[in-house]
Amino acid sequence: MTPEPDIRSKLLFHLQEVLAEDQLITAEEELRPYECDGLSAYKKLPIAIVLPETIEQVQQVMRICSRLFVPVVARGAGTGLSGGAMPHEGGIILGLSRFNKILEIDVDNQMARVQPGVTNLSITQAVRQYGLYYAPDPSSQIACSIGGNVAENSGGVHCLKYGLTVHNVLEVQMITVSGDRVTLGSAALDNPGYDLLGLITGSEGMLGIIVEVRVRLLPRPEKVNVILAAFNKTEHAAAAVAAIIADGIIPAGLEMMDKLAIQAAEDFARAGYPTDAEAILLCELDGSQAEVNEQSYLVKRQLKLKSASTITEADTPEQQARLWAGRKSAFPAVGRISPDYYCMDGTIPRHQIGHVLHRIHVLSQQFGLRVANVFHAGDGNLHPLILYDANIAGELEKAEQFGAEILKLSVDVGGTITGEHGVGNEKLDQMCYQFNDNELQFFHLVKEAFDPDQILNPGKAVPTLHRCAELGQMHVHHGKLPHPELPRF
Amino acid sequence: MTTENHLLEQVRSAISQRTPLYIQGGNSKAFYGNTVDTTLLLDTTSHTGVVDYMPSELCITVRAGTRLQDLEYILASEQQLLPFEPPVYTSASTIGGAVAAGLSGPRRPYSGAVRDAILGMKILTGHGTIIHVGGQVMKNVAGYDISRLMTGSLGTLGVILEVSLRVIPKPAHELTLAISRPHDEAINYFTRLRTSGLPITASCYLNDEIHLRLSGSTSYLQSLVKKQEGQVIEKADAFWQSIRNHTHDFFQQHDKPLWRLSVAPASTASARLNTDNLIEWGGGVRWISSNTPANIIHSIARKKGGYAVLFRGKIAGVNTFPEPEPALLALHKRLKHKLDPQPVFNPGRLYREL
Repeated sequence: MTPEPDIRSKLLFHLQEVLAEDQLITAEEELRPYECDGLSAYKKLPIAIVLPETIEQVQQVMRICSRLFVPVVARGAGTGLSGGAMPHEGGIILGLSRFNKILEIDVDNQMARVQPGVTNLSITQAVRQYGLYYAPDPSSQIACSIGGNVAENSGGVHCLKYGLTVHNVLEVQMITVSGDRVTLGSAALDNPGYDLLGLITGSEGMLGIIVEVRVRLLPRPEKVNVILAAFNKTEHAAAAVAAIIADGIIPAGLEMMDKLAIQAAEDFARAGYPTDAEAILLCELDGSQAEVNEQSYLVKRQLKLKSASTITEADTPEQQARLWAGRKSAFPAVGRISPDYYCMDGTIPRHQIGHVLHRIHVLSQQFGLRVANVFHAGDGNLHPLILYDANIAGELEKAEQFGAEILKLSVDVGGTITGEHGVGNEKLDQMCYQFNDNELQFFHLVKEAFDPDQILNPGKAVPTLHRCAELGQMHVHHGKLPHPELPRF
Repeated sequence: MTTENHLLEQVRSAISQRTPLYIQGGNSKAFYGNTVDTTLLLDTTSHTGVVDYMPSELCITVRAGTRLQDLEYILASEQQLLPFEPPVYTSASTIGGAVAAGLSGPRRPYSGAVRDAILGMKILTGHGTIIHVGGQVMKNVAGYDISRLMTGSLGTLGVILEVSLRVIPKPAHELTLAISRPHDEAINYFTRLRTSGLPITASCYLNDEIHLRLSGSTSYLQSLVKKQEGQVIEKADAFWQSIRNHTHDFFQQHDKPLWRLSVAPASTASARLNTDNLIEWGGGVRWISSNTPANIIHSIARKKGGYAVLFRGKIAGVNTFPEPEPALLALHKRLKHKLDPQPVFNPGRLYREL
């Protein structure tokens, strides 16, 4: 869909009236860096990039685009993994990267007001001096922006205990499609009216433009302990996950890797992982010294009961960083042992981990493709990495079919197609598997209430009833993501 | 006919006749919200039972009419509990009502609100359909977060049929400390506690006394108590139940309207509202019995980063909830219109315009 020439010229005329020269990009070579987000398989060029610096400018841009029916795709740092920030060829990219200031740190109330372009990690860095931190820690946290985190409801490795973005954001300032500014949430612990803050979180840029965020901060724990356990059978590791939680313990992090992932990570990061193990668990405990000591004892007891072959503890920050290094380098490590891989993001009930791992193993043999399994086991979020070689005819298609089978399996066992990466442009067809027409229609009604003319990020997140897009998942060709410097786990 | 089908038929009939419904569970929160102008009742109390509960998943799925006390009994038998500790105003209170009202109890600042525990729902919509949204897993970003939208919407957007809730392990042991403090030091005391590392799971201030509930293993709590000021009180469970369920004497005074101010926890106490009040949630909630005009109370709450609700007692011309800003109200109205077009669900209960 190419806009009519007069719409394009009208649009650019009105935009240049409200934006400075360096805030409006139209030259093709300067548009290129914005043609995709972290999912590079899908690329499109927009009409223009706008980089406003004030909320008033965002409001003016929205009014212009609404009047001319020009699609607007909001973009934070562009690190998303589902194509949610892929441009619309007839629209503009509304980049929020210049909203990069921390506006207020309220130590007494343990909250901070920040602009949407502030990176996730920089919030924690700014409040560290007060003994506080921001809990959600997606793997791209050195680069991803808080506005993007809200739009995607980002997770990380500590969700089981500390929740997702939705549990850690108190208030959002949002610009509606018609350019009005609304405040969703507050500095209080609950709010009257509809939970539009909850609704906007994870809505993938479909309902409004986030221009300010008030996050909740937590006190840093007094003590952290990390336990590494190796298993000779993956089902024992899966059983240990359930047993730890059934014992009344909520670990700060509980991660699982299978043999192929362990070997790749060990070759890459030299974390000291036992490469002969079929599976490992990494369990992080935090809290007061006394709490961590008690919980460590209970966790080790459960690990032994579930036949862990070795148990290693790391109670200094350096040792802990080394153990985590293997896990956190799992994606690039797998990228070294295969020309391409294909990352899935389903979530399943924890008690299904053993079954699902077994099914993935069977599917792996059927499709003739290897899989390295990396799980946020504590919350059941799976990242199976399907290894393939795009240069071998038909292998990409096989990997896509394999991936689709895994997502169907996730839904079939009571889970979901995406735990933290979002639907975006990527999982529209799988949405059709998870939701029926009545459910999809309900989503469309919500969209219509906020954006009746389909201006905001049209075509993403929720498939039309008539046509479910057929597009694949996260493709990594020769290990090259658009942000090769970022860790992915 | 299943209870679900029965509810579906009633809703479809109401839609076709454009007759508003008053959705009712245990009817224990009838006082909360504006009055609904209809005589047609949609009673959810026969739609009961646990649909799915596997304790190691930290999730339970129940039908909306299930009584809170039954739900808590089932969870307690597995050493688990609801993290948001909702008020149980009467034995008839249901989980559907608790979620629709969005009210949380003493544990809220420490383990999350109702909306934080919501994982998924089965909903009867204003289009006469039944939909499943969310699920039973913690991490789930497929589709808009409709379950949270329903939470606290006071039944104005649909009928909750089933809800999947995150549950947490019940602490091995709990004890409560009482600490004497003058009124003007309470807020600062709570603020300092937030970085103390103490395992607090409930806090309140009333009658010159702070109460703190601590949770953990017996040995850990005993070691803490030795270092802390204050007295360990007896019958602590009964005390917290009285705060949670509003059976405490404080909530039994009916001579003045009862206001609930939800504010930034560290915001200073209001000299203008310096009446005999109850502070909860480490300063986040201030209960005030006062004849101060509504507009002044709303203004004070706004300045403290939150809002005020006329919780009990009716005042002529004053709605339960403060009116949102026009642009925000417009979003509410458009959502209501799209999701409940006739409209049939609890008209006016949340805002007169909805």
